[in-house]
Amino acid sequence: MSNVPADLRYLKSHEWARLEADGTVTVGISDHAQQALGDLVFAEVPEAGRRVTAGEACAVVESVKAASDVYSPVSGEVVAANADLGGQPELINQDPYGAGWLMRIRPDDKAHFSTLLDAKAYEAALAAETH
Amino acid sequence: MPFIPHTADDIRDMLAAIGAPGIDALFDEIPANLRSRALDGIPPAASEMEIGRLMTERAARDGRRLNFIGAGAYEHHVPAAVWAIVTRGEFYSAYTPYQAEASQGTLQLLYEYQSMMASLTGMEASNASLYDGATALAEACLMAVRAHRKSKSARVLLPAALNPTYRDVVHAVAGNQNLAFELLPYDAKGGHTTVASLEKYRGQDITALVIQQPNFFGTLEDVDALTDWAHAAGMLVIAVVNPVSLATLKPPGQWGTKGVDIVCGEGQPLGVPLSSGGPYFGFMTTRMEHIRQMPGRIVGRTVDLDGKPGFTLTLQAREQHIRRSKATSNICTNQGLLVTAATIYMSLVGARGLAQVAATSMERTAQLVAALTRIPGVRLAFDRPRFHEALLLLDRPVRGVLQALADRGIVGGFDASADYPSLDNGLLVCATETRTLEDIEAYAQALGEIMTSAAAA
Repeated sequence: MSNVPADLRYLKSHEWARLEADGTVTVGISDHAQQALGDLVFAEVPEAGRRVTAGEACAVVESVKAASDVYSPVSGEVVAANADLGGQPELINQDPYGAGWLMRIRPDDKAHFSTLLDAKAYEAALAAETH
Repeated sequence: MPFIPHTADDIRDMLAAIGAPGIDALFDEIPANLRSRALDGIPPAASEMEIGRLMTERAARDGRRLNFIGAGAYEHHVPAAVWAIVTRGEFYSAYTPYQAEASQGTLQLLYEYQSMMASLTGMEASNASLYDGATALAEACLMAVRAHRKSKSARVLLPAALNPTYRDVVHAVAGNQNLAFELLPYDAKGGHTTVASLEKYRGQDITALVIQQPNFFGTLEDVDALTDWAHAAGMLVIAVVNPVSLATLKPPGQWGTKGVDIVCGEGQPLGVPLSSGGPYFGFMTTRMEHIRQMPGRIVGRTVDLDGKPGFTLTLQAREQHIRRSKATSNICTNQGLLVTAATIYMSLVGARGLAQVAATSMERTAQLVAALTRIPGVRLAFDRPRFHEALLLLDRPVRGVLQALADRGIVGGFDASADYPSLDNGLLVCATETRTLEDIEAYAQALGEIMTSAAAA
């Protein structure tokens, strides 16, 4: 069973989002996603300053098996990207909800965050996917 | 001999299994008006014997001419051992087998090829080749746009002194993929691209600068200054090079203070005979930081479960069988047979041999230029140092002169007047190590007679 922290929001496409105290949203891929992809060998994250819209493919994670797009949960401006992934993409496998974060976005509309899946809904989506 | 493994019985069984009445039924969803009909004007199939005879007769009509044309493809001596080895059954396949468990020989050869090209160009990584030099440049421009994420313009600067065929192909391949190309003029005196011509782009968002060394005129560019200027202005630099020239010129990995970002070019001079424009092969090398944006296949060295060294395709997540429409490129193969020839050619002539080929070609061209420019009505277009090619200017239209030379069995050069109308009567000439001093003397004598006869004027 994969770990689905209760305090995060999710997309069906297996991204997680965390609303930070400063109003930005941190984005990564879920524990389920990193398990399904296998050993990650490369992550391409957007440049700080790039505008993204909710649902837009804005990062790529590449494992020994596949390369997958990562979709933005919110619309806004990328304010930071995880530079550590350049040398250590395996951080996504080791700590998907922590050191393996991908990017931080300043959302245009904070209210949009609450429309994302909560942990329960994401778990239900995972269950539906496996059956 | 049937090349399709399915027998008539197999096909019938498969159709029966899916309940289709015939193969045509599988294409039902294509509207009738979109279907191709039988080809008109194509004669019926000929036997190997008939084709062999026809081709021998046509080749005899070409005769054996003395060749002084280069313009992107060059006549070099190819040691007999090269194609004797290439045509061995183990290598001689129209298709490149990549299956690691069955193709270690082919994969090792491609790995050796990549190592040689990386070393020759002074870069860190090479792909397993592309179709030809012109498409390699088009791919390099697309790659630069992907690799240079800070640049949003997708504008690429092309020198007017770039091979005009490459320019056409780059426009055809990349022009419809939202790339914009701007032409840099060449210096009227030197025939090279000047840093001064770049100044108007200072402060603008330009993705990449293309530098061809030697350029189409055979002239050597000031590659260090151009590379440094472009890097300082935030552009990537793409080098288009003749691989033979790298045996004597500085490799692009060492141009300027940082070296270029992408190197590409035509591999034909390395062991591939002239053949009506192809098949040849393109090469591409880059730095490790851009390797995921490089098109084509890449062979890597690894170890198997028992720890024994072996070779396999690597970094395939860039490629279209995995990334589908988001693949780095839709180029997913290489020119396996020609790369095999190039690898064997390089291994046979070695670094010293390649340097001799380059030096002798330079010397022969210098001798050719000296002999031809002694003729009244023939002068050198540009005064800069050159490799093994030079642009001459004639006092009359080139076409008639080339025809008169052809009548004497001499292919006198490339008529540059259509591509460069502002250069009066430009004739691009080349002499490689395969031309002797007697050949050069024969050309000079013939041209001298033609230029002094009023009829050719």
